[in-house]
Amino acid sequence: MLWGHKLKDSGVIGLNERNANYITALNSRRLYPRVDNKRLTKSLAAAAGMAVPELYAVAESQGDVRGLPETLAQHKSFVVKPASGSGGDGILVIDGRYGGNYRLINGELMPESALLHHTSNIVSGQFSLTGQPDIALIEYRVQFDSVFDEISYRGVPDIRIIVYRGYPVMAMVRLPTRQSDGKANLHQGAVGAGVDLATGLTMSASSGNLRVRDHPDTLTPIAGHQVPHWGRILDIAATGYEVSGLGYLGVDIVIDKDLGPLMLEMNARPGLNIQIANDAGLKPRFAVIDAVLKDGAADNEPEARARASVELMQPFSPR
Amino acid sequence: MTLRYVQGLALVCALLGFSVFFYKQAVLGLPLTEDASRSAWTIEASLRFEARPGPIKAALRVPALTPGFATLSENSVAGGYGYDIGYEDGGRRAQWAVRRASGEQRLYYRVVVYGDPSIEEADTTPPFPDPPNLTEPERTAALELVEEVRQQSADAASLVSALLRRVNDPTPDENVALLFEGRRGGTRRMSMLIDLLAYARVPARSVRGLLLKDEQRNAPIATYLEIHDGVEWLFFDPSSGSQGLPDNFFAWSRGLETLATVQGGSGLELNFAVRRSQLDSLDVATNRAEQRGSLLMTFSLFSLPIQTQAVYSVLLMIPIGALVMVLLRNFVGVQTFGTFMPVLIALAFRETDLLAGVILFTLLTGLGLAIRFLLERLRLLLVPRLTAVLIIVVLLMLSISVIAHQLGLETGLSVALFPMVIIAMTIERMSVIWEERGAQDAMKAGAGSLLVAALAYLVMGIDALEYLFFTFPELLLVILAFVLLCGRYSGYRLSELRRFGVLSRKDS
Repeated sequence: MLWGHKLKDSGVIGLNERNANYITALNSRRLYPRVDNKRLTKSLAAAAGMAVPELYAVAESQGDVRGLPETLAQHKSFVVKPASGSGGDGILVIDGRYGGNYRLINGELMPESALLHHTSNIVSGQFSLTGQPDIALIEYRVQFDSVFDEISYRGVPDIRIIVYRGYPVMAMVRLPTRQSDGKANLHQGAVGAGVDLATGLTMSASSGNLRVRDHPDTLTPIAGHQVPHWGRILDIAATGYEVSGLGYLGVDIVIDKDLGPLMLEMNARPGLNIQIANDAGLKPRFAVIDAVLKDGAADNEPEARARASVELMQPFSPR
Repeated sequence: MTLRYVQGLALVCALLGFSVFFYKQAVLGLPLTEDASRSAWTIEASLRFEARPGPIKAALRVPALTPGFATLSENSVAGGYGYDIGYEDGGRRAQWAVRRASGEQRLYYRVVVYGDPSIEEADTTPPFPDPPNLTEPERTAALELVEEVRQQSADAASLVSALLRRVNDPTPDENVALLFEGRRGGTRRMSMLIDLLAYARVPARSVRGLLLKDEQRNAPIATYLEIHDGVEWLFFDPSSGSQGLPDNFFAWSRGLETLATVQGGSGLELNFAVRRSQLDSLDVATNRAEQRGSLLMTFSLFSLPIQTQAVYSVLLMIPIGALVMVLLRNFVGVQTFGTFMPVLIALAFRETDLLAGVILFTLLTGLGLAIRFLLERLRLLLVPRLTAVLIIVVLLMLSISVIAHQLGLETGLSVALFPMVIIAMTIERMSVIWEERGAQDAMKAGAGSLLVAALAYLVMGIDALEYLFFTFPELLLVILAFVLLCGRYSGYRLSELRRFGVLSRKDS
């Protein structure tokens, strides 16, 4: 440690520590495909009984891309995403049609040729982590619950939960803004709101590296909103450990107004901004879990771990 | 646990690196800095003549005894000619021969030497010379002159001084005038001086050589008179009479014979070129270490051909550039494109200089980015689009070179040395980030890459470091040890202090 003693005191984990002490130690490389390839994630999760958005079509080659319009004709709204994308890059959300064009969630119209070009870019690997040829997934577009309408700007707000060795330890809601173009990505300007793990209530919020109180577009205070289905959300997050096998895991969940919580994707290298959103460092929470596991009091059932987490994280609750 | 292994491994690497380094430095005496080695000279003699029909034999007197200088290497470049070095009375001779040749012929003999004061005139004491056979009236005049100067002198050195004073007198007496009639310069005059000294029983000979200066394409031959006073050889300038040799005098050959001869050729011209060279000064250090017979040096970089050595002197600096990269990324938290792209850009800067490099790089990427956005509208597939960007980068480089040349800016030409694939990839990645994350992120990563490249270039350009790592490549083990330790650094990056700033201000 060369600098940042004050940060260390608040238990904040930096990129170097995350990479050196958690990712390399807890996340075995051979498990990465389970979360980096969203198609594989989807099938593994479905097998484990997790609710996931339905897969409409897969484009594995440029030939498949040409055949897409036929499949798409059956669906009013859908999402196009790369199977190996990162950070939300390359995702298109279509929520309807207007004339011969597709309508994006921000209201822009996109001709079919542009949509197909984007899909073929995905297949060529433009958005994949390594530049390798990729697969484009066309899946159910989540009809998001209206609970976050007051504090989000179009798009799908999602819930990110950090799962440490099978136990959910920290959560946030990512709220799209006008700046993020309807995407729930903090790098692109979405607002992150910390969620009290015990109650599912939103707390403090951050935009970029700054603390904020209100949503920048709706100007509504962010704190105090109840995330619905909180118990089931924690169950899904804890099950992510069984599905992925990763000891340091980020699970992304969205809430559909009809289907309830759906697991969107998982991440083997979850970002660290969640600490800013929660106004708290991750390290003390990891220590609590490490202590429990050391005592041999491990729960094998994901639901049991989720309930244990609610108890264990009680001390970090704002009240 | 892993941390212990890493620390142990780092310790082993560092100890190994340092111990080899200390052995080479302290025991073998390899200099730590380039300045500590001596300056080396490459002297090249070229023979030029027109071939006549039939076999050709050419000969050149080459250095044998060179007080004040040690020879590093000698070789000959003469296509098609047989070449060998032979010994003959009073020195060594390089000989070339060929059965037939036509047109203008050029033969080169090259010797690399370095100043070494420990090398002295290591010659046997010559016998007293026999009196020469001069005819009358020269014989009488010579005897009279020698007798006069002997009266005015105490030993061999002062006798030679007195003689030269008499001979160089602008108004010579009649004996001198008689003896040196028609011998005002060149070998005939030198021959007469040697004859006169023979009457005085002083062994003497002529020595010809070069005054080594920085860069001479047509170095003049200087002639000195060398006499033996019974103990050692002494040198006199025959035209001024002053005693001693200039420090930079390199003795090429002794005797009065012509330096170069050719049979079977005509119009022989002999030319000497002198050059002080950088790389060879490294060889001087090796030469000394080799004389100690160390196995370490036999298997060192210095045993490689010079061109390969030059490649390695650059290659060995790449880890240093990568180290700068590690520090800036993991300790400071600078964002860059790719992992080693900045180091490769830094290598390109070596060809262009920093300022020109940064300007050219920015110009190229900026223009390329603009064109890439135009291409985006055409909705091309990824690989053809990358190829199109690559072609445009080449065209841009071409036009920058041509325009810069027309404007008289020579640095513009060096843009051709930029690795264009790297620039094309930079443009592609930057435009993807630009579209997906916005201009700010793209600019940040672009500026970060340039910053790392510039710093890596500056560090890689330190001559002392380059010399150090070339001479002591085992120091790379020390770098490796440091990088291993960096790999386990789990503290914050400087940029994170700002990023998580709101969290650390909580308590206050």
